[in-house]
Amino acid sequence: MNPTETDLRDDASPAITEAHGDAHHAAHGHGSPGDQMFGFVIFLLSESVIFFSFFAGYIVYKTTAQTWLPEGVLGLEVREPAINTVILVSSSFTIYLAERYLHIKQLWGFRAFWLLTIAMGSYFLYGQAIEWSHLAFGFTDGVFGGTFYLLTGFHGLHVFAGVLLQLIMLVRSFIPGNYDRGEFGVASTSLFWHFVDVIWIILFLLIYIWQ
Amino acid sequence: MPGAPNDWQRFFSFSTDHKVIGIQYLVTSFFFFLVGGIFAMIIRGELITPESDLVDRTVYNAMFTMHGTVMLFLWTFPCLLGLGNYLVPLMIGARDMAFPRLNAIAFWMVPVFGTILMASFLVPGGPAQAGWWAYPPVSLQNPTGNLINGQMLWLLAVAISGVSSIMGAVNFVTTIARMRAPGMTWFRMPVFVWTVLAAQIIQLFGLPALTAGAVMLLLDLTVGTTFFDPAKGGDPVLFQHFFWFYSHPAVYVIILPIFGIFSEVLPVYARKPLFGYKVVAISSLIITGLSAIVWVHHMFASGTPGWMRMVFMATTMLISVPTGIKVFAWVATIWGGKLRLSTAMLFALGGLVMFVFSGITGIMLAAVPVDIHVNNTYFVVGHFHYVIYGAVVMGIYAAIYHWFPKMTGRMYSEGLGKLHFALTFIGTNLNFFPMHPLGLQGMPRRVASYDPEFTFWNVVASLGAFLLGMSTLPFILNMIGSWVQGEKAPKNPWRAIGLEWLLSSPPTVENFEELPIVVSEPYGYGKSDPLVSNPDELEVAHEPN
Repeated sequence: MNPTETDLRDDASPAITEAHGDAHHAAHGHGSPGDQMFGFVIFLLSESVIFFSFFAGYIVYKTTAQTWLPEGVLGLEVREPAINTVILVSSSFTIYLAERYLHIKQLWGFRAFWLLTIAMGSYFLYGQAIEWSHLAFGFTDGVFGGTFYLLTGFHGLHVFAGVLLQLIMLVRSFIPGNYDRGEFGVASTSLFWHFVDVIWIILFLLIYIWQ
Repeated sequence: MPGAPNDWQRFFSFSTDHKVIGIQYLVTSFFFFLVGGIFAMIIRGELITPESDLVDRTVYNAMFTMHGTVMLFLWTFPCLLGLGNYLVPLMIGARDMAFPRLNAIAFWMVPVFGTILMASFLVPGGPAQAGWWAYPPVSLQNPTGNLINGQMLWLLAVAISGVSSIMGAVNFVTTIARMRAPGMTWFRMPVFVWTVLAAQIIQLFGLPALTAGAVMLLLDLTVGTTFFDPAKGGDPVLFQHFFWFYSHPAVYVIILPIFGIFSEVLPVYARKPLFGYKVVAISSLIITGLSAIVWVHHMFASGTPGWMRMVFMATTMLISVPTGIKVFAWVATIWGGKLRLSTAMLFALGGLVMFVFSGITGIMLAAVPVDIHVNNTYFVVGHFHYVIYGAVVMGIYAAIYHWFPKMTGRMYSEGLGKLHFALTFIGTNLNFFPMHPLGLQGMPRRVASYDPEFTFWNVVASLGAFLLGMSTLPFILNMIGSWVQGEKAPKNPWRAIGLEWLLSSPPTVENFEELPIVVSEPYGYGKSDPLVSNPDELEVAHEPN
């Protein structure tokens, strides 16, 4: 099973199999696709703790704060965020379909659903911006204002990062031979998107439903 | 010859070789150890008299804040990452870390945030003064009114340090989980690898909580949110929860690899297998698990409700069980062994003794009635300095001496090493033991002036501190002198058992020519089982130069 001398030293060797992956790390500067996915999942688990910390803080503030809603604010409008939620949750299905198309090597099907996902993600950001611009309170208006903008803003940053990643993956799909080394880029972007989606569902329940 | 193991220029380049990065971490962190040490000298110089006379009170506040911050984020963390970087791939039989480039980026962030932190000496108002824990509302004071102030730079540095640590943690966990050589099963991994794994898992689940708290504090400080400002409806105790949810487990992040070092060093110089290997390995992960549910013991005096105090007192005491198992395993390992008191062994034994002492005061502090009494006194300071200087720094020295021949290809001077040990051992006790009686008598921590009745023990502590300052001189002399002109080191000068000792000193780039095929348990001292089935194929045979 051990790689040969030439295997080891050949920087340009394109075909990396799982079994031989270890041997190539040092030469290529990054892990085998399996290692990359493993590392990425660990990273996401760690990242989720930041969100859970914010959620925990939100719950503590909401249950203990002397003044919660700022003066003149009665609550949050749910209709627009609910539409946004439907869009974001649906985009998890479109990105899944895009991935299926890539698996069966139908690049145009992949690109179509991938682009649809980008559009839905962008609409979500647009909807978030519209909601922010109509709110009667800012982030300095007590702990409610602070946590509201912190949670939606931090999540929005992740959506933005996800859309950027998707754009990069879309452009890269036009490079010949892009998938020779596996589909780690697409798979990890997709996983990230599902992560952002799940976090939003929790956030939506906490902020908009539990008022 | 460029790229050769001894080409010194590699240490100043963006190298992706884990061994180069390991040494980069070690040397950079030692530089900051000296910086933090100078701050400590100023603190102890101030405390040698009851009056506040050596430095201004605000300078004193900055000194203890920066001392704690530098020693944790720029000395112990990066130093242990350096040891882990150097040793883990060698010990598990890998050619490098899973993500070598990420590894290099994570390292180069250390000098970046180190510089940011040091730059806070140059801004109006000076560095942060709220202590290393940065509790609001003290940390929210911004007397100069500038956006860029000491506390803000402190938060920035801590945030970058967090990003760097998460990169490192992802890399270590992936490497250990997926890059082990054929036959290197979980229960054939050296305990050091187990402890690095346990420590890095803590980073992954704990550090994000501190990041969350730091982001909220930074927003409070810069853009006017009110998360932690009690005057505007915020909750300062919430920050304490965020902070300690990470920063107590952070103590395990630095002590766990030290447990690993004890477990590596003691069997070699006692010529006996590690007692209870599997239990020692598993107890590391148990400590990781328990470390997530003990943090409130730092907040017994922060208005914590009674039931919560009881729960966290119990969990805190519980964590001494896996820790105690390890201590007994080490004692059983050296029991009846043929001890060879080399410098590495002396530091390991000294560190072990210090650790037991700090463990006892730790149990005392876990008890709510005692803690309420001595909270925020020098008793606490004495306790954690026995952990962090007594156990961690001495453990780090043990590791540096033990693996020095492997890393540099040279032998160190035993004479200077033993002088270093004597000065360190005496200095540590002289410096930190007096803090216990001081604390029990009620001397508060973080004060520049104190009641004259505390003078005697403070003078003793300060003399101990100056002795510790001097103790680094023979070490530096030994390291530089031996690296430049020490005797050439053979492959395995200590007759130790481990994959790293099968390779030449220092190992070549990519470590193994053929991956080792591991066929037996670690620590087979006194047994004749071979460690690998292909010992002659690990390296290209070459003429000795």
